[in-house]
Amino acid sequence: MAAPSKSTALNFDRAETHPTAVDDAARGLRRDLRLIAEMIDPGARVLDIGCGDGALLAYLVRQKNVDGRGMELSQSGVNSCVGHGLSVIQGDADRDLEAYPTGAFDVVVLSQTLQATRQPRKVLETLVRIGRRAIVSFPNFGFWRIRLHLLCWGRMPMSHLLAYPWYETPNIHLCTIRDFVAMCDEIGVRVERSVTLDRNGQPYSLDPRGSLANLLAEQGVFVLSENQGKTNAAEKAPCRRV
Amino acid sequence: MSALTSSHLRPGSDQDWPGHRLLEREPLRLDCGIDFGPFTIAYQTYGTLNPDRSNAVLVCHALTGDQYVADPHPITGKPGWWETMVGPGLVLDTDRFFIVCANVLGGCMGTTGPQDINPETGEPWALSFPVITVHDMVRAQKRLLDHLGIDSLFCVTGGSMGGMQVLQWAASYPESVFAAVPIAAAARHSAQNIAFHEVGRQAIMADPDWSGGRYLSLGRRPVRGLAVARMAAHITYLSEAALHRKFGRNLQDRHTVTYGFDADFQVESYLRHQGSTFVDRFDANSYLYITRAMDYFDLAAEHGGALPSAFKGTPSRFCIISFTSDWLFPTSESRELVHALNAVAANVSFVELETDNGHDAFLLHEPELFETLRGFLTGCAEHRGLTRSW
Repeated sequence: MAAPSKSTALNFDRAETHPTAVDDAARGLRRDLRLIAEMIDPGARVLDIGCGDGALLAYLVRQKNVDGRGMELSQSGVNSCVGHGLSVIQGDADRDLEAYPTGAFDVVVLSQTLQATRQPRKVLETLVRIGRRAIVSFPNFGFWRIRLHLLCWGRMPMSHLLAYPWYETPNIHLCTIRDFVAMCDEIGVRVERSVTLDRNGQPYSLDPRGSLANLLAEQGVFVLSENQGKTNAAEKAPCRRV
Repeated sequence: MSALTSSHLRPGSDQDWPGHRLLEREPLRLDCGIDFGPFTIAYQTYGTLNPDRSNAVLVCHALTGDQYVADPHPITGKPGWWETMVGPGLVLDTDRFFIVCANVLGGCMGTTGPQDINPETGEPWALSFPVITVHDMVRAQKRLLDHLGIDSLFCVTGGSMGGMQVLQWAASYPESVFAAVPIAAAARHSAQNIAFHEVGRQAIMADPDWSGGRYLSLGRRPVRGLAVARMAAHITYLSEAALHRKFGRNLQDRHTVTYGFDADFQVESYLRHQGSTFVDRFDANSYLYITRAMDYFDLAAEHGGALPSAFKGTPSRFCIISFTSDWLFPTSESRELVHALNAVAANVSFVELETDNGHDAFLLHEPELFETLRGFLTGCAEHRGLTRSW
């Protein structure tokens, strides 16, 4: 995760907050995090899973007055967050989400982390159970540069979102935007809103279910909720096999 | 064990330990069903209570700790056990917070314990002292805070048994605890820990000088038994890595082994020293009672077997801290606690700190511990509306 501006993580003095401070703080956020922050209402109860160094959480707590909690796998990330006054626990999405009660949060955020979980499907189901809404962002493995990289070089693609060589990447469950949408359909998770982002983090106005978005977007940000009238969609929409 | 000396501890609560005393006349209903009292609580304070009484921090001491958090120990003269944490400009900043630490009920540094005189018999209580629990210790502390006029604590913190007290505080008086920081603690004492405590108690009771607990009346002291208890316990406070780092297989003041049972190895010499100095400052019966209190600690059992129930609806902010090399109160137990707090959607932070110092890490110079706690308390102070100056 990119280092946040120190002023975002460290500025706890509310007296210094002035109208432009929010904008300044937002500018210090990674683009996808800024987009996620815009999707969250002030005062909401938020759980940020894989919160890294706490850039988004600090922003939400300071600027949007949310009741924010975080979960992070890396010890250094957790120590830094707690050391900066954020409520963060050391834990991972596969193991430590089950304990939360249903509807514990207004919003659960999982940014750039789903692909690193052992059981993405189960994690996603848990997200929409413990949060009224889940905001999930992930790198699109269908992005044309990634496809081209594999096609031209025959090597495992690396990009600024997928910055590890194959032998030490934590990203063990990569998917395309279409894969993701298909899984949501399968497990009956409702896609309330979706935004696809280009390489510069600018939103496309493309249908996320279309093949163009799957080709052009480097990442997707999805707002999800539990489908109330959930049917067993899994039987109706099996994964397409090639 | 030639270095064992006679103790500075004497029977009776008339000993003039430095610090404050509260004589509580109203009896305390203990978990064992006895109404106990009057009793004395010995305590230390540091810093100044602010006008709206919102800056109080209760520090809870561990099994063999005491109220001298940041003062020289009156017997050993050694620096306070948490003087790296408590003081001007330190994490528990005495320029900012009002720090209170009380000797636990059953202790031997001024608060009523088994070495004190039972007013009904004129003899030391010894084994007629009622069995106390961590909950009883906390009840006694609550009396002290009521006496000090502190309704709401900014923070309760402590390591090991101190951490158990923190959890008990959060469970028993949630509205009085703004922030709770149990360090290297657990919601219950494990079978392994009970087993180690039993070894210590048996060592004390096997010492002929223990005399069925009546050693003070008979002018004896079970120093050998108590020293062995301390030696065994001390091993559990360290880690294999720390023992290896400090001592390895190094020999003590010699070049070859002696083919005898002298303290050939440095680690033996170290443990003997730990045992022999401990008996100067601690009472054997207190050791029995306080280890028992820890053994009985099981917060879930107190709440129908479900740990989350202990914290249902808690308004407190928690910061759980564990250490990687602590095998006495391992991280898994802290994680259980975190899961229970998550289950009631409590505000909880949880940090596992990397160190080879074992369970004792909370007493040592651990920069990450200081940094974490400082950050957590800064965040809490902001939420509490505690300003920097008053």
